[in-house]
Amino acid sequence: MIAPSAGTVELTRAPAEAPSLTQLVAAAEVKAAPPPPDDDIPLYAPRRKLYPQSVSGTFRRIKWAALIVGMAIYYLLPFARWDRGPFAPHQAVLIDFPNRRFYFFFIEIWPQEVYYVTGLLILAAMVLFLMNALAGRVWCGYLCPQTVWTDLFYAIERLIEGDRRERMQRDSKAWTLDTWLRKSVKHFLWLMIAWWTGGAWVLYFADAPTLVKELAFGTAPFIAYLWIGILTFTTYTLAGHMREQVCYYMCPWPRIQAALTDEYALNVTYRYDRGEPRCSVKKAETLRTRGEAAGDCVECMQCVNVCPGGVDIREGASLGCIQCGLCIDACDNVMAKLGRPKGLIAYDTDVNIKRRMEGKEPFFKLVRVRTVLYSAIIAFAGGLMIYTLATREGEGISVIHDRNPMFTRLSDGSVRNGYTIRIVNKQLKAREFALGFSGLPATLIDLVGVPPRADDQPWIDVGPDQTREIRVMVTDYGLPPPPKTQIVFRLTDIATGQQAITRDHFFAPEVK
Amino acid sequence: MADTQEVDKLTGTATTGHEWDGIKELNTPLPRWWVWMFYATIVWSVGYWIVYPAWPLLTSATEGTFGWHTRSAVVADLAELKAIRGPIADKLAKASLQEIATDPQLLDFARAQGKTAFADNCAPCHGAGGIGGKGYPDLNDDDWLWGGKLEDIEKTIRHGARGGDDDGHQGRMPAFGRDGMLKPVEMSTVADYVRSLSGLPTEKGFDAAAGKKIFADNCATCHGDNARGNRDVGAPNLTDKLWFYGSDKKTIMEGLQNGRGGVMPAWGGRLDDTTIKALTVYVHGLGGGEK
Repeated sequence: MIAPSAGTVELTRAPAEAPSLTQLVAAAEVKAAPPPPDDDIPLYAPRRKLYPQSVSGTFRRIKWAALIVGMAIYYLLPFARWDRGPFAPHQAVLIDFPNRRFYFFFIEIWPQEVYYVTGLLILAAMVLFLMNALAGRVWCGYLCPQTVWTDLFYAIERLIEGDRRERMQRDSKAWTLDTWLRKSVKHFLWLMIAWWTGGAWVLYFADAPTLVKELAFGTAPFIAYLWIGILTFTTYTLAGHMREQVCYYMCPWPRIQAALTDEYALNVTYRYDRGEPRCSVKKAETLRTRGEAAGDCVECMQCVNVCPGGVDIREGASLGCIQCGLCIDACDNVMAKLGRPKGLIAYDTDVNIKRRMEGKEPFFKLVRVRTVLYSAIIAFAGGLMIYTLATREGEGISVIHDRNPMFTRLSDGSVRNGYTIRIVNKQLKAREFALGFSGLPATLIDLVGVPPRADDQPWIDVGPDQTREIRVMVTDYGLPPPPKTQIVFRLTDIATGQQAITRDHFFAPEVK
Repeated sequence: MADTQEVDKLTGTATTGHEWDGIKELNTPLPRWWVWMFYATIVWSVGYWIVYPAWPLLTSATEGTFGWHTRSAVVADLAELKAIRGPIADKLAKASLQEIATDPQLLDFARAQGKTAFADNCAPCHGAGGIGGKGYPDLNDDDWLWGGKLEDIEKTIRHGARGGDDDGHQGRMPAFGRDGMLKPVEMSTVADYVRSLSGLPTEKGFDAAAGKKIFADNCATCHGDNARGNRDVGAPNLTDKLWFYGSDKKTIMEGLQNGRGGVMPAWGGRLDDTTIKALTVYVHGLGGGEK
């Protein structure tokens, strides 16, 4: 809820007497803030180094599962094979830039079908929005590569340098040989993971086993090394050094998310109705025996210590809170030890907190206009993509009319137009096509650059998964044709009879 | 420079002491990193002078220790181009015109190369689309002065017409009027006769029999008895619908008076064999190529 500011109230309230213009101007005048006493105010807040503590629990397990599954897919998917016959690569997922194809299991995308990528982007956005409407920053907390890689890098840091307390102590003291050694090992492992991340990336752009071999023997193309270098650098920097700063300062999604969310979306929430006022276990007992209010929060700071964003969840949701749920695990562990019910921090809404404080039952409203709308858009866009993918044609024809000359007069007075026709064969086998033409009564069609076949049929063969460009000359022998006539080129697969058509015009000189 | 720096009251910044019409320049020093970058570029430039050609001398310039030269860079680029084109370029260099015409892949390659070569060398006269102009043949149509077969086109490109190459096409249209071979009246009559051959209207009182006689005596030698032209001497067919210079009587009279003899340069010495082959199949494929 946004409370109107005092100033707004002042202005909207009807005055007893109409103020003079001077008074109005004086009231509306914005008083400039006094200049800062010193020019040397810092423009950036210094970074606070975080030492998140290890934690165990439900959400930690979910995060491990997401990490393992996500990374396994990322690192291993390029090695998955998919048999496409002799005329296409056998890598299940491959972005083939030199041949301008994208392969995804049974789907093959040509450059002109890039709208499928648009569809994927729409789906991605809508799924993101739907996740947000249901349970806040699910993406940030469990799935975002920044989160996943940072999580892994923290795990390695803990493995080498110890948990929160040990790391803080070590960093506060002068560096010993042991510190040097541990830090070196940590950075080495980080770099190795970062390097592997870059290495896996390039495998999506070439035959993975071949490229691995080439990389091992140092014979891979330069561009592969360059991209491995770039991704090693970004992974090492972003996951090892920038970490939560990426979410705070670089990523646009927290801002968009904050603008998109509503009061019914489940968020990692500190239930202050139960937690406040905070007091120690002993004090709580005293207070409760006296019949006074005592909250369940014991100020153990576990929720803050485990947080990879350096956030105090008890202050409410914030840009830095990626809602990974680790504070829930930390708090639940403490509550279990104290014999108090779990869920002091839980996925909940502020609405429910207020309802509980008013003595009402909490309620959860997952089916709302926005969740229905997002689901509908997802269903529609996804359905449309599947439909177009399933029904798309395996052949295509496009035509470009010659620009210069638009037409040519021949010695017998007839008129000829030239066209460049491109025939697309999306199937993974060679095919033969016949080219038909209609729109003018008396014409001769000449295919330039299609040598006569042995059987003398004017058929055009197009190789598997290829296009073929052919110059077509159309000569009109009839009466002087009108200056502009619509014509149709019709492509027919000899074997199956499948057809594709395209339209253009036949131009002729204006008859004076 | 003043001994003590003046401080601008409004901004509190020291001035440099420079003043123009009462406007004083504030001293806002550059960031240190910027200054160091600047020094670094100076140091870099010194190294650049040493390794690359840099300083102009009286008749040449310093050469630089790397030995880099624009000419060698071009040579390297051309070698790279050759490597990129690869085996198909070698195939094109060895193939005959007929072999190119019957190999779709080679034909595509040759036509692509021919298109570029055409734009570089032929388009100034024949136009980017090969449609020519007055006195410059349209290469798209089916009317050929010197023949439209692959071999004919190649010969015309290689040796040209009336361009000083002894193997080139040589025939020309005499200046019947200027050299006194025909009187103005005769020229007018034969011009009308030629127009009548392709069904164009003639002037009143035109004597067809006289025209035919003049044509037979003077023109048929080159243009043929039936006026269908002769490719050996580049004499155009006068019975078709296409006119090289124009079909109006004035233009025909001009030709009769002063003769005609446009020049096509011989490209044999200027373009290599592969390029000429590529140009040949490209022009042949523009639409008018004869089998």
